[in-house]
Amino acid sequence: MKLGMKSKRNIERTIIYIFVVIVFIYFVFPFWWAIRSSFTSNAFLFTKDFGLLPPEWTFDHYIGVFKEHDFLRNILNSVIVAGTTTLLSLVIGSFAGYAVARLKIPGKVFIMGSILAVSMFPQVSILGGLYQLLRSMNLIDTYPGLIIPYTAITLPLTTWILQNFFRDLPKSVEESAYIDGCNKFQTLYKIVIPLSIPAIVTTGLLTFITAWNEFMFALTFVINPEMFTVPVAISMFTGASQYEQPWGQLMAASVIITVPLVLMVLVFQKKIVEGLTSGAIKG
Amino acid sequence: MKVKKYSKKDMRLAFWLIIPAFVAISITAFIPLIQTIYDSFFSWSLRPGFQREFIGLENYIKMFQDARFLNSLWNTIYFTVLSVLLEFLIGLGVALLMNAKFKGRGFMRAAMLIPWAVPTVISSQMWRWMYNDNYGVISNLFYNLGILEEGTPILADPSLAMNAIVSVDVWKTTPFVALLLLAGLQTIPSQLYEAARIDGASKWRQFTSITLPILKPTIAVTLIFRTLDALRVFDIVYIMTPGVQDTETLSVYNRSLLMDNIFSPRGLFGYGSALSVIIFLLIGVFTLIYIKSMKLKID
Repeated sequence: MKLGMKSKRNIERTIIYIFVVIVFIYFVFPFWWAIRSSFTSNAFLFTKDFGLLPPEWTFDHYIGVFKEHDFLRNILNSVIVAGTTTLLSLVIGSFAGYAVARLKIPGKVFIMGSILAVSMFPQVSILGGLYQLLRSMNLIDTYPGLIIPYTAITLPLTTWILQNFFRDLPKSVEESAYIDGCNKFQTLYKIVIPLSIPAIVTTGLLTFITAWNEFMFALTFVINPEMFTVPVAISMFTGASQYEQPWGQLMAASVIITVPLVLMVLVFQKKIVEGLTSGAIKG
Repeated sequence: MKVKKYSKKDMRLAFWLIIPAFVAISITAFIPLIQTIYDSFFSWSLRPGFQREFIGLENYIKMFQDARFLNSLWNTIYFTVLSVLLEFLIGLGVALLMNAKFKGRGFMRAAMLIPWAVPTVISSQMWRWMYNDNYGVISNLFYNLGILEEGTPILADPSLAMNAIVSVDVWKTTPFVALLLLAGLQTIPSQLYEAARIDGASKWRQFTSITLPILKPTIAVTLIFRTLDALRVFDIVYIMTPGVQDTETLSVYNRSLLMDNIFSPRGLFGYGSALSVIIFLLIGVFTLIYIKSMKLKID
């Protein structure tokens, strides 16, 4: 007996939905498990209870994160570093991007090439040299000691995306501004930048996330625990003794940091996907 | 021949617009790289009063007799091949799935971004908890299914730890791979599939003779992009197996060489710099391949 068109389609549908559910569980479960653990009291956390929901809800771990650790300070450090990096990277990147996209100058390939080359530098290859340089400039344990490198490592993506966007803007608007007596620099910040808000939001988000998540530089160039950023603090999270991992608190801290990021990503998902794919596919 | 006209006014403005970017990348990348290359020919450390001593290629020669280096090289290759392969296969599957029509596709797309949005350090800690030998949810799943003996410490077992590390990278990066491949899939005109269907081509046949050939450039770029990232892996390994040499990758070993020997009386900072140069060259080769494949795409 041959299956009819309709039932064949139904089978196909069912298979698709089965896979959808599997993929969904795969992507979401680890994050859910962190949330679940963060609300489970130690009495149940260290048992073989693996229910999807905590047997007993508790906020103890969340309170502990802020009471027993200087986590608020870590968050503040990360906000300052990632925020300043984003601002600087956008300003510097839009300058360079505009010069490459719109000005009549030689050596554009060289300029763009040098900036893009930085994205291929293995961080560890410049770690020793950068450490010495920052040390000689007295920038170890300071915000600029992270902000400068972060700005540089995010510049390739920022410059590339903005440069592409500027190129696609209609030239006529700029020309009319030019005729109205604006010079090119005024045209950039009065006309081009306001028109580029969508691209700036995308690159700003990607830059912020990169700076917020960066680990190796933050681990190496900051020695004073007071200056630790969130990733370093989370990597060194310990309990009362060295051998006792405060898993509940660790998961609570992870959730506190991840939830705002996840929400931000969900709100801006379309822009982020566009930025990611253009960053990778084009450059 | 094209005659290019440059405007003097533009050039002056461009200079000032580009200078900040060049200062930032010089401080961060170019000057440190030159310093590192220079240091690699010396016995050198930051110990106060340490005398720099030129030793030529000795650091490089030493590397190939260093069992820890060879081990970290092998670990890096193992990690790269396995993680990129799995990410590609699962990512392609997910991309094909996302390209099909079903209810809740937008919701699914959003869920996919979660692993990508979780900071690597945090995802590593989350998985480390799930792999905990007593109370980990995944370890216990393995114990209960009889795959592993009860109480096997997954992250402390050399033969299992590397695979556990790969599993975290796969979870975190597959969404990114899937999104890239999905973007490629969406450029394929649906008329092609319709025509193939009318000709009676099976789904598999459509996949091998339409989807794969058109997707090839996207696949190439994705694979090289991922390989470049995987060769540099640091965060996951450093967090999942801190201080363990069995699972050490090149970046982890290199950082430990530099930072543990920063004031070394034996001048080992120079040796660390030599390894940094080797890693730079390794990535450089792959980058050249990457640029070549990009050019092919533009033509």
